[in-house]
Amino acid sequence: MSSPLSTPGGRKRGRTTNPSTREFTCPPSTWPQVGVSRLVPTVPPNEVDMSSPLMYGTPSSRVEGTPRSGVRGTPARQRPDLGSVSKAPQVDLQSEPPSADGAVASEANAGQRHRKIFPLSLFIDPSSSEDENTGLDLNEPLYMQKLEEISVVGDPVLNVNCLHVQSFDAELYRQLICYPQEVIPTFDMAVNELFFERFPDSILEYQIQVRPYNALKTRNMRNLNPEDIDQLITISGMVIRTSQLIPEMQEAFFQCQVCAFSTRVEVDRGRIAEPAVCRHCNTTHSLALVHNRSLFSDKQMIKIQESPDDMPAGQTPHTTVVYAHNDLVDKVQPGDRINITGVYRAVPMRANPRQSNVKSVYKTHIDVIHFRKTDEKRLHGLDDAEQKLFTEERVQTLKELAAKPDVYERLASALAPSIYEHEDIKKGILLQLFGGTRKDFSQTGRGNFRADVNILLCGDPGTSKSQLLQYVFNLVPRGQYTSGKGSSAVGLTAYVMKDPETRQLVLQTGALVLSDNGICCIDEFDKMSDSTRSVLHEVMEQQTLSIAKAGIICQLNARTSVLAAANPIESQWNPKKTTIENIQLPHTLLSRFDLIFLMLDPQDEAYDRRLAHHLVSLYYQSEEQLEEEFLDMAMLRDYIAYARTYINPKLSEEASQALIEAYVDMRKIGSGRGMVSAYPRQLESLIRLAEAHSKVRFSEKVETIDVEEAKRLHREALKQSATDPRTGFVDISILTTGMSATARKRREEVAQALKKVIQAKGKTPAMKYHTLLEDLRRQSETAITKEMFDEALRALSDEDYLTVTGKTVRLLA
Amino acid sequence: MFAASQNTPNSGWAAKAVAFFKDRLKEKDAHTWVPSLNDVPLHYLKPNSLVKFRCFIQDMFDPEFYMGTYEAVDPSTKAKVLRCGKYKDVTECGVSTTLEPSTMTAERHTFYCVPIPGESPWVKEISSSGQARVVPSTSYAPTRQKRSYEEDDDDMDTDTQPQKQREPHTGMSCCRNSGYFFQPHGNGDCKRREKEAPSSQAASASHLDLNFPLPGEKGPSCLLKVYEEWDGFKLNEAVEVFGILSVSPALSALADEDASSSLLDPAGGMETAEEQRVHSPPASLVPRLHMLHAKPLPHNNPLLPAAGLEDNNSAFLSSTLREMAAVRAELLAYFTHVLLGDALAAEYLILHLVSNVYTRRDVLPLGKFTLNLSGCPAVASFTERFYQIIQQLVPSSYYLGMTLQNMNQMRLVPKKDYVANRLLSGALQLATNTSLFLDESQLEQGQLDTTGVRNVTALGNLISWQKVDYDFSYHQMEFPCNINVLIASEGRSLLPSDCQIHLQSQVAPPDLEAYLGGIQVHPQASQLNKFRMYLSVARQLDYSIADEVTKSVEDDFVDMRKDDPQSISAEDLHRMLVVARLLSLSLGQTSLSRDSWLRAKHVEMLRRSRMEQNKCVNGNEP
Repeated sequence: MSSPLSTPGGRKRGRTTNPSTREFTCPPSTWPQVGVSRLVPTVPPNEVDMSSPLMYGTPSSRVEGTPRSGVRGTPARQRPDLGSVSKAPQVDLQSEPPSADGAVASEANAGQRHRKIFPLSLFIDPSSSEDENTGLDLNEPLYMQKLEEISVVGDPVLNVNCLHVQSFDAELYRQLICYPQEVIPTFDMAVNELFFERFPDSILEYQIQVRPYNALKTRNMRNLNPEDIDQLITISGMVIRTSQLIPEMQEAFFQCQVCAFSTRVEVDRGRIAEPAVCRHCNTTHSLALVHNRSLFSDKQMIKIQESPDDMPAGQTPHTTVVYAHNDLVDKVQPGDRINITGVYRAVPMRANPRQSNVKSVYKTHIDVIHFRKTDEKRLHGLDDAEQKLFTEERVQTLKELAAKPDVYERLASALAPSIYEHEDIKKGILLQLFGGTRKDFSQTGRGNFRADVNILLCGDPGTSKSQLLQYVFNLVPRGQYTSGKGSSAVGLTAYVMKDPETRQLVLQTGALVLSDNGICCIDEFDKMSDSTRSVLHEVMEQQTLSIAKAGIICQLNARTSVLAAANPIESQWNPKKTTIENIQLPHTLLSRFDLIFLMLDPQDEAYDRRLAHHLVSLYYQSEEQLEEEFLDMAMLRDYIAYARTYINPKLSEEASQALIEAYVDMRKIGSGRGMVSAYPRQLESLIRLAEAHSKVRFSEKVETIDVEEAKRLHREALKQSATDPRTGFVDISILTTGMSATARKRREEVAQALKKVIQAKGKTPAMKYHTLLEDLRRQSETAITKEMFDEALRALSDEDYLTVTGKTVRLLA
Repeated sequence: MFAASQNTPNSGWAAKAVAFFKDRLKEKDAHTWVPSLNDVPLHYLKPNSLVKFRCFIQDMFDPEFYMGTYEAVDPSTKAKVLRCGKYKDVTECGVSTTLEPSTMTAERHTFYCVPIPGESPWVKEISSSGQARVVPSTSYAPTRQKRSYEEDDDDMDTDTQPQKQREPHTGMSCCRNSGYFFQPHGNGDCKRREKEAPSSQAASASHLDLNFPLPGEKGPSCLLKVYEEWDGFKLNEAVEVFGILSVSPALSALADEDASSSLLDPAGGMETAEEQRVHSPPASLVPRLHMLHAKPLPHNNPLLPAAGLEDNNSAFLSSTLREMAAVRAELLAYFTHVLLGDALAAEYLILHLVSNVYTRRDVLPLGKFTLNLSGCPAVASFTERFYQIIQQLVPSSYYLGMTLQNMNQMRLVPKKDYVANRLLSGALQLATNTSLFLDESQLEQGQLDTTGVRNVTALGNLISWQKVDYDFSYHQMEFPCNINVLIASEGRSLLPSDCQIHLQSQVAPPDLEAYLGGIQVHPQASQLNKFRMYLSVARQLDYSIADEVTKSVEDDFVDMRKDDPQSISAEDLHRMLVVARLLSLSLGQTSLSRDSWLRAKHVEMLRRSRMEQNKCVNGNEP
């Protein structure tokens, strides 16, 4: 109890340092870590730290042995986050900003504020939609409910949204932002009084601490400047490093070596004033520090880095050091994206501890008061993590744009303007960017219904497929770009590695997982190895990734749209072959693409002229001229983000009818020729596309026009990719089974012809392969290739009619 | 030393000082008075004097808050002095002085700068020959002069002034305040340093990685402190900086301490030793430079007027433009000789060397012209000799032998090191218009490992999109670049390229060895300088296409497609437009003429027919 000078709510001002004492700095982490920090509670239950700003009872009013309840019985806990430990340094450089209302810390004022806070308890926020308020009745006073929760749960932390404070009392809010060090303790006091008034019997481990969050608008790390020092700020960023736990000494315990007299010295600004003389026996320099009996608090250094989204181009991200104290230690992991509310600090650096000349530079850090993970929801919910905030005007412009009748065409042409034409492909990609509506059928056993549209582009090399992919990758916030050539299965999914720092096995996620809720662009899809491609099967339909590696078995979300580009196997597209034959991809995979487009070089003069004009103008038009013509990328990005976040269209009655009709029609086309031309997968694709199209219009309802466009686009894509080159008909079975129905029919015919040939030969158990082929060729009116003959033989051997051994064909039975 | 005059509290001085220096530097030849950190060894430069540095921003550190102004109180006299912390690293106060709280905090940014990577030796040579050699007497003259401009000099400094004059030679001098606030050991420390510095510079550089993008580079690197408009600077930018040199040994003291002592410092305790080593390296190795004025360098060719072409340098421009055609002819002849008598390849080489990414459309960089020179003879290290010739002509270049070892082990892509909190440089962190020479003839059989595959992908991305994705471990960040990539290979390159040309040797194989031995005979210095100027000027010219030419180009395209749709694709037109642009520029024409278009078409046709031919000769060429 070294400091009797404590003011309610104020900071400790007096220093009882004996002028003769020798100062030495306390190196907390050089003490042997015997688990002190965790084992010794910061404040032993019965010894209330009187110097704490939170303590305002007089020592005499506390009676030992009373049941631990009520304000006085519950120990306060130091708040190192507010600087009760690392206070103003010796050279007092970071003192309070020259304040107009310097009386902010005065008692009268504090009391006044204290009273002001009470009505906040009645604050009601019916519009609240925050996740942490779940389970609370929105029409009741919000914070009273939270206090009730505290009394039940026993976790003495009250998070206060600064926006609530602002809407409640702007002046109080201003004070909170400017003088957090003084104002927050007053908050604590008020809350504790209120709490113990309402719940006099509840027992808490220590007094409630108020944690404000959401100060001002969330700010970018880059905008921090010297004016923010000692103010309450909220910034966003990504955790890149966390240090080990650092036990920081709060109170040193000294014992005299001569008479065993003990004394406690509080740490002040990182220093301990070692008593030079023992007060009991007056021996000089006889006191020794006993660490086991000293008090420590937990502290952790966390480094955060600017998130890549809010950085100007061409600069490197900034980093900031953050100190977490007590129970905030180990709350975040490297890689987390978080919003931090805390007090910004600057401490002068000493060039050399032994010299006193100060480097004219400060070290800055943030003492964290509140963490909020921004990507937490991503793990649990289905919502887009990006709570991208749009200004009123922006929303207005977006809505105006959406109201235009040609918005669909406009957006499509704004997509990759440097790539010429290919309107339908751009439209397809546009719909992919918007995506369908997420539906959950897990009750009926179906699981999640895929809402993302997958697109495959194939075509001649040099038709700017890669460019389109690059554009999309640059457009979407969570996009990944990989090349089939350079990626392995683990690069796409996840791999387990040993973290060099913690030596633990950690799961490193690959492109598909990273692009969850985004688009994964895969170039040179055809060059991908089979094993790599096989992981795509699960991702493209179930939208999850199952991993069983090094003892880690899990299923990760991979709700990603796949935009892939493939080159034909013969480097040039062969119009005489089917899509499957041209790109040599397994049909199981192809059927998972909603749209497959061919990017071919159309050969006609008018097209050539337009193309030439487009290209030449690309090379001489100035930047401004082009921008006038098209919507810029930022606008497009905002438009998509807005639609993805806020628009969730549902099928209207007419639209469902139209979809049913469309599907039945598609099935009918095929049935006339004895083949199936549509599968349920195609119906699902149609639904997704229609939903995406209504999202483009900012419409909450899928209408017939959406279905019409979906049908048109789907047909267009099919026409390109599923046309049987032999008959000219669109045949879906090319994509679903890898073989067109006519091809299958012909194979049957050849087999029958071969059977006849063999039967005509009479009783010959074995025949020469070549002679049989010759015979068949003579018999048949169409040309029989060797492949067709082989296929026919295989078909017959499947029927157990014959077997082929080497060059001889034997009849069975 | 003019820093001395800045202790005056009058508020407008900062702007005035900067304006003053800007004015002075505008004067003719003014910049040649200022010693350059590039070519004067650090220990010859006086601390706190004005120096310039031609450098490349390799990394950007976190912003610093420093004491803008502060008040120091001398306890013995109780005299208060208001001081200024701008352009300084260390506060000026004695052991017992205390600082008053009336401190103004200000912000500054620190950039880590290295000399321009891959700068050719001739650039260094020429730019240093144009410099005033720094001997103490000459460097004194301008500073004396400048001092007289600053009337408001405060008395504290006048009495330190003579002290300074007494030790003008001490390279690592503890500067003005040595007798005033340094403790004895500090003084001794810096004396020792002073003796060691010249010799130990190379030796100590080895234990301290100075983070040069290219291996084998040397030269001073510095920490540049920027006080205003820091947002205007970009990573990988080449700038010429004028600033105040600070080599106070007090800064190095930090680095000298080992990790344990740094823990004693309550404030610095959380910084890892590694981070400290990187962020506060000894000032004798990495001096601090407090920026007064900087200008971006559009090029680093010392033969050209530094101001760039757009500033009323019309006299210079018109005279060079007139000569361009003639110089081009000479250069073509020279390249033809070098490229074994192949005039067409020489033509393309010129086009490649004057190419430049002039703008970007969405993701598409326009104006790049990556050349793949296939069919390079594998004998007598042709590619290496060839590179040396290129190096003689371009201001900065780098030779990357694509050996298996290089590809598997080199760090091409810069990577963020979170332990030391810096960007570890890689060979692809290059300044604008650097020539990157990829020697694929070095490729041998073997397996590329993960790093190798990543490196090849990075090279491919660089060529196709002119960007490098820097590795920030949790995410990647894309940095656009503008690098001329030339690939020399035997067959077709495994990397993409804008244009491939197969070298046709006019020299009979038996003579090849002897011939190659002879190609390295350099032209005369004056001619070389002409070539160097030519290439740099041509790259910077503006270019436009008139409407009527546009029309005829479109017609041409449509006609060609009509004859044979297979003959020309959109990609070919892209290339032809670039070729036409570069061809016009190489002739000194700033707009496309009908003639140049036809010539471009002709050259392309020749190249294509050669490729066809080549395809017929060896069928494995795709």
